[in-house]
Amino acid sequence: MSQIILFTIGTLVTIGAAAAIILYFVAQKFKVFEDPRIDEVEEALPAANCGGCGFPGCRNFAETLVKSDTWDGLFCPVGGNETMAKAAAILGKEAIEQAPRVAVIRCHGTPEFRPRFNEYDGTPTCVIIHNLYTGEGGCPHGCLGEGDCVVVCDFDAIHMDPVTDLPVVVDDKCTACGACVEACPRDIIELRKKNKKDRKIFVSCINEEKGAVAKKNCSVACIGCSKCFKVCPYEAITMNNNLAFIDSDKCKLCRKCVVECPTNAIHEILFPPRKTDKTEPVEAETKIGD
Amino acid sequence: MSLKSFSRGGVHPAEHKLSSGNAIQVLPPPEVVVIPVSQHLGAPSKVMVNRGDEVIVGQLIAQSEGFVSTNIHSSVSGKVLKVDNFSDSSGYRRMAVQIQVEGDQWIDTIDRSDDLVKNTVLTSEDIRKKILDAGIVGLGGATFPTHVKLMVPKGKKAEYLIVNGVECEPYLTSDHALMMEKSDELLAGIHLMMKGLGVEKAILGIENNKPDAIQKMQKMTEGTSVRVQGLKVKYPQGGEKQLVQALLKREVPSGGLPIDVGVVVFNVGTVYAAYDAVMKNRPLIDRIVTVTGKSLSNPSNFQVRIGTPVSYLVEKAGGLPEDTAKVINGGPMMGKALSSLDVPVVKGSSGILLIREQEARRKEVQPCIRCTRCVGVCPMGLEPYLLMTLAEKGMYERLEQEKVMDCIECGSCSYTCPSARPLLDYIRLGKAEVGKIMRTRKAV
Repeated sequence: MSQIILFTIGTLVTIGAAAAIILYFVAQKFKVFEDPRIDEVEEALPAANCGGCGFPGCRNFAETLVKSDTWDGLFCPVGGNETMAKAAAILGKEAIEQAPRVAVIRCHGTPEFRPRFNEYDGTPTCVIIHNLYTGEGGCPHGCLGEGDCVVVCDFDAIHMDPVTDLPVVVDDKCTACGACVEACPRDIIELRKKNKKDRKIFVSCINEEKGAVAKKNCSVACIGCSKCFKVCPYEAITMNNNLAFIDSDKCKLCRKCVVECPTNAIHEILFPPRKTDKTEPVEAETKIGD
Repeated sequence: MSLKSFSRGGVHPAEHKLSSGNAIQVLPPPEVVVIPVSQHLGAPSKVMVNRGDEVIVGQLIAQSEGFVSTNIHSSVSGKVLKVDNFSDSSGYRRMAVQIQVEGDQWIDTIDRSDDLVKNTVLTSEDIRKKILDAGIVGLGGATFPTHVKLMVPKGKKAEYLIVNGVECEPYLTSDHALMMEKSDELLAGIHLMMKGLGVEKAILGIENNKPDAIQKMQKMTEGTSVRVQGLKVKYPQGGEKQLVQALLKREVPSGGLPIDVGVVVFNVGTVYAAYDAVMKNRPLIDRIVTVTGKSLSNPSNFQVRIGTPVSYLVEKAGGLPEDTAKVINGGPMMGKALSSLDVPVVKGSSGILLIREQEARRKEVQPCIRCTRCVGVCPMGLEPYLLMTLAEKGMYERLEQEKVMDCIECGSCSYTCPSARPLLDYIRLGKAEVGKIMRTRKAV
């Protein structure tokens, strides 16, 4: 009896040893060299696998970081400068600093400002509505309010406001990965430079139609009057196709344009209330999102 | 007579041909028309008039830009109010010409008499030229420029002309009315098209729910090279690929056209318009539109000028009933809901359908239960449940492999789905995305 047990053990050990030797040589022969630094860099990345850098996942981004000599256009928006500096330290390379950014919803067509004149009862997906028609309100550029942007957000940083029927970005959670920008069929969402105390000034409209047409559909549309463009002391505002755009890199947050806008299309967010002196109109108080 | 039908898939929705048997009523022009410059598949036409210009009926107001494009003519006489962007049926604003109607003055060359002109000395080239000039497009709904279809590509040969009098969409009756009232002209048109194409044989396919039209056309075509074939009532028999299969048992290859199997298909409306264009020098300035709905007091077949607002048509048919929940441009299966009644009738408008509140709502969407009914009814042999999921997940490469571009958007899958899943909505989305990908690939 014990002989059988011993024989079995002996056979298994021999087969195991032989297999181990064969496998050792095979592994030596077919070894794929992988830079150990890739693992290290991957460790330093946020492991969100959100695709915000333009690569399928953090591992692919780490590989690219190790292989590339210059890091032009390579940036992890989720980890930000801190993460990039860490990765740079591991590889002994130089990180290109980028200003942190945040998603901004450039539409303020609430039911109050943009009346809904028809009712949609089909598939509740923005992209399908966009392919079908202009939406419940008449504006062909306005938010469709079905929340395609909410669905794609991996960071729970965007949600729909049931009252305004518009998405709201939570600045602290937003990593500027750009998933919502991709998902929005109307290109309403823009990534803008993050300012101190999350303050921002932007034109909350992307309608390029003529002023009268835009205004007919939505009372807070940019009508392309150029008043903000004229008042801006820093040349941060450009006019293009009846639409004003504020460059967040040039804007110094002076708030002069906000008062000037006749349709209240320019929003200032998280600013302290203005001192109401006689020359300034009262309506220029902080408008939304605060 | 034995009835034919296509072999794969199909559904049979309730027919509701409320306006069938109603005579075609010619509507006077409205006060203002809006004529879009892109009423056809292909490149938008180039506007030839300016604000303030006086125009008369039949005058060219937008010229064809390129091979797949058409001319557009003024449907009324009057003054051009604006050349600007106007909302089309989807609500998006596209270039159009707005004309204030004054009187009803026509261009001299148009023969406005009802006399039948049968014989012609025109060559096939002349016929094509006249059709091109008159801006004729496919009036079944796809609005593909007719002159392009008449040019048989090199290496291919047209053997049959198929004339589509199927009208498989429920509610619509405009083609039926046309076959009953304008059968002489239609027959002359068929012979013209045969000459234009250089074919010897023509088949007119008519569904069995129009027995009077079958009988009438059969009697008239006796002893000619035109054959009338009755068809079983089945949707979407009016699709050209389905019709070719039903009549000739020939299968149009995936991604191909009927000409690949030696056939060219025209709608009866198109043939009639072509007759008018060639024999009467009359460009495409009006069309027959069915205005129908269960609550509507007078469901009618109207002959209206292109550019007439939909609201004018509804008013002439008895006014908008109070219980109307949706207004559909086209038939109930393939038509799209309008978001406004101010949009104009265009060359592709075959019907205006008013749907009542109790029928308009979509049912609640339930999960797919894998019953494969959608697969069974798909006339193109596709797998709609799979295509929907792939489109939803954005897997466009796989979607292309699954031949999403073969989908004719007939909506049989959505119609039959017991879980009320929005199959066609997602498939359309998938088609749009795959189409984009294919175009960029072509451009590279």
